[in-house]
Amino acid sequence: MARSTAIDMRTRLQEWIPKIVLAPSVATTLIFVYGFILFTVYLSFTNSKILPTYGWVGWHNYWRLFQLPMWSVALENLAIFASLYIAICIAIGLGLAIFLDQKIRGEGMLRPIFLYPMALSFIVTGTAWKWLLDPGIGIEHTLHLWGWTSFHFTWIKDSNYAIYCVVLAAVWQTSGFVMAMFLAGLRGIDNEILKAAQMDGASNWNLYRRIIIPQLRPAFLSAFVILAHLAIKSYDLVVALTGGGPGWATQLPATFMYSYTFTRNEMGVGASSAVIMLMMIAAIMIPYLYAELKEPK
Amino acid sequence: MGFLDIANVTKSYGNVEVLHKVDISVAEGEFLVLVGPSGCGKSTLLNMIAGLEGITSGEIAIKGRAMNGVHPSKRNIAMVFQSYALYPNMTVGQNITFGLEMHGTPKPEREAAMKKVAAMLQIDKLLDRKPGQLSGGQRQRVAMGRALVRNPDVFLFDEPLSNLDAKLRVDMRTEIKKLHQSLKTTIVYVTHDQIEAMTLSTRIAVMNKGYVQQLGTPKEIYDTPANIFVATFMGSPAMNIVPARVVMQDGAPHAEVRDASGGVQRLRFSQQNLAGWQGREIALGIRPEAITDPEGADRKSGNIQTLTNLVGVTEPAGSDTFVTMALSGKDVIGRMRADAAVVAGQTFEFAVNMEKAVAFDPATEERIAP
Amino acid sequence: MSAATPGNAVSTGRFTRVLIYVTLLIFALFYLLPLAVMLLNSVKPLSEITGGNMMALPKVWTIKPWLEAWSTAQIGVQPTGLRPYFINSIEIVVPAVVISTVLGALNGYVLTKWRFRGAQVLFGLMLFSCFIPFQIVLIPMARVLGLLGLAGTVPGLILVHVVYGIGFTTLYFRNYYAAFPTELVRAAQIDGAGFFRIFWRILLPLSGPIIVVSVIWQFTNIWNDFLFGSSFAGQASQPITVALNNLVQSSTGVKAYNVHFAGAIYAALPTLVVYIVSGRFFVRGLMAGSVKG
Repeated sequence: MARSTAIDMRTRLQEWIPKIVLAPSVATTLIFVYGFILFTVYLSFTNSKILPTYGWVGWHNYWRLFQLPMWSVALENLAIFASLYIAICIAIGLGLAIFLDQKIRGEGMLRPIFLYPMALSFIVTGTAWKWLLDPGIGIEHTLHLWGWTSFHFTWIKDSNYAIYCVVLAAVWQTSGFVMAMFLAGLRGIDNEILKAAQMDGASNWNLYRRIIIPQLRPAFLSAFVILAHLAIKSYDLVVALTGGGPGWATQLPATFMYSYTFTRNEMGVGASSAVIMLMMIAAIMIPYLYAELKEPK
Repeated sequence: MGFLDIANVTKSYGNVEVLHKVDISVAEGEFLVLVGPSGCGKSTLLNMIAGLEGITSGEIAIKGRAMNGVHPSKRNIAMVFQSYALYPNMTVGQNITFGLEMHGTPKPEREAAMKKVAAMLQIDKLLDRKPGQLSGGQRQRVAMGRALVRNPDVFLFDEPLSNLDAKLRVDMRTEIKKLHQSLKTTIVYVTHDQIEAMTLSTRIAVMNKGYVQQLGTPKEIYDTPANIFVATFMGSPAMNIVPARVVMQDGAPHAEVRDASGGVQRLRFSQQNLAGWQGREIALGIRPEAITDPEGADRKSGNIQTLTNLVGVTEPAGSDTFVTMALSGKDVIGRMRADAAVVAGQTFEFAVNMEKAVAFDPATEERIAP
Repeated sequence: MSAATPGNAVSTGRFTRVLIYVTLLIFALFYLLPLAVMLLNSVKPLSEITGGNMMALPKVWTIKPWLEAWSTAQIGVQPTGLRPYFINSIEIVVPAVVISTVLGALNGYVLTKWRFRGAQVLFGLMLFSCFIPFQIVLIPMARVLGLLGLAGTVPGLILVHVVYGIGFTTLYFRNYYAAFPTELVRAAQIDGAGFFRIFWRILLPLSGPIIVVSVIWQFTNIWNDFLFGSSFAGQASQPITVALNNLVQSSTGVKAYNVHFAGAIYAALPTLVVYIVSGRFFVRGLMAGSVKG
């Protein structure tokens, strides 16, 4: 009984088809994502100005980047923006989710209202809030007309406070989404555990503090990762809401990169700022994705 | 040469060999059960017969034709899966005939074959339903219908009953056995349930850690297990394994064990070949049903020995009462008649059927007698 | 204890419940306010906005701002209104959504049902590409689009959106197909069906919900894109988000707020409609993008 049957062609082909089907996507990802990343990293070590050039300057662009006051402002703003944005979104999201989970009449109406801003473009959000926050015609003006003439709300014109306006609009857009994440987490908790805790005499406060919220850990983690990555990538909202101003007051790394690369023609510096942004994202996303994708065994 | 030959087959993933030199020859019409704990390689072997996994070395042949590298659909096999793997978007009828359609069978023939199989499995009224509307038992039947309609050389079953509840499982077990008896087809059946293996098979291959531990008829496997693994895996409750010393008394080998109070008791072996083990430690294997109350002892046995021991726990199970006692420092289970007068905490005279006793080498765990 | 058993087995007192309802309503107002104000003021004449109260109902109702925003408003240098840009957006979004969804479905199928060594790593690489700050690819992308002759064109933008969208669509289909037993594919293989037949006859008929999720997510993302549009679009291929920003930010002349609002609503309308019609799938898409399915 020799090994007469050669592996038949169809089986061979069937083994290759899946790889052939996957190949275009893998190839485009490797070129357009990872190839481009390498290219940008390379550019960040060159003296590129208006167009890519290949004069090697070593760490010069990074050194220059961290000398630039505008970059320091952008980083400082990112720190303020990201921490407030993440903290407030999680607080509002968790609060609304817990409230909605109390067998609320009209939950079906409220949930979509909380969530719809997520469907809008940041440009639309920016347009709307820019106007609401404008002291001349927006909220301040309205309250004055209603008789509260001492009311002052001029943050968007004030370079010390304008960044908080960005936080406000961003929270408005995404906190409903965070609510949906926590609500899904709450709905996944075993009711019998809650009944057992109530038999043990836990008050509602303790029930949430000691039993329920600790079980939402995965939702907290997901919310944090998603919000942090959105914060680092924030660009459109700032463009539409404040244009980075007044002055540099609301510049973020994303707007910095764009303006240095395309309007100030300092491509080398722009590239190095993009590399720093990538590193920030990678520091958050890679451990998260790694943990999520690890074979559950 | 058999109908289905598995010759020297190994399987490796990278550097890890998960199946080691498996050699099984199955005759036409045989019902072979591959049984073992999860991870023993039984499903891998079945998938290799099906062509769903490659063969690292060795050969699998059906009807003398080597199957290495042949596409699953060209092996003339059919398979029933653990999850049934019914196509959720197709009706029962479409599920059954999909394979025939793929093989280019004309529609009238497909319909006829489907009707015949549906009648045989009593699913003719379900043909227009979707799998989602069926009960577990009905799905099981459809999965079998899908396999039967192809009229294959070999049927492969991958734990087909493990998703059913206990009662249905017993019913379907009988049904599969009936089907095999009436159709006389060749079946390879994978399960981790030793009762399924015993009741269904004409032969059993007990597997562990990628090795075939023993290949034989259900009776061979049960009465003369090749090693301690097979002995304890097959049978429920499991065979008792007790350390014992072989001593000679009146010219016959005896097993010397210690009872619950530390006293030495001797049980005479039926097997003379243990004389060579005089003075050495062995692992003595006794099935629970070989330890009874004296009235319940097997009358046909030529070697009933008496063992006086303290009764630990009694568990009445309706038809029998199970008794746990300590023997040579191990918990040993015996099976009494339901109305035997055993009382926990008292001494009792047990009858041990030493004709059924098995001895193992404690070092290699291989059987040394009978 | 109250008669009503809360869904989560936590019972609350009457006072707490009132507090909860009030809080929820305040937040509902907070989320609705910007949209309501935009709608209200888009049907007022400009004089009522600058001189009046933004919360007041219009004294004179007018649809002039809507007409103006659509067809005559000054955008950049031309008084074309948003219409051509709205059409650009559709021309970009439709092919990009279709292509990325088809590729995502095939990728998800391969990655779950035809696993091979290294598949997990490839998927990880594709998934990470969804989260990169796109600033890191802007410069080389501009160069490559130029080299391909696609700079400033609609096909160029379609390419960009497909490339950076397949990570997400692959994730959706992968997680969805992972729930289907691999045995299904094995049974079909034994039945004699090949790669594409199994996909077409068995998996695709079951993929309705996830196709909707993928289409909605891609539609929303690409429609709302601003960064790629503003970086790579030419005058003739600008999407509506870029045009809206130009309209709103233009510094010449009097700021026609009512026209801006009408324009913003035009830009928001398609995604809002999708959200209202199929919110359930929209939420599922959002969740699938953040938590493993």
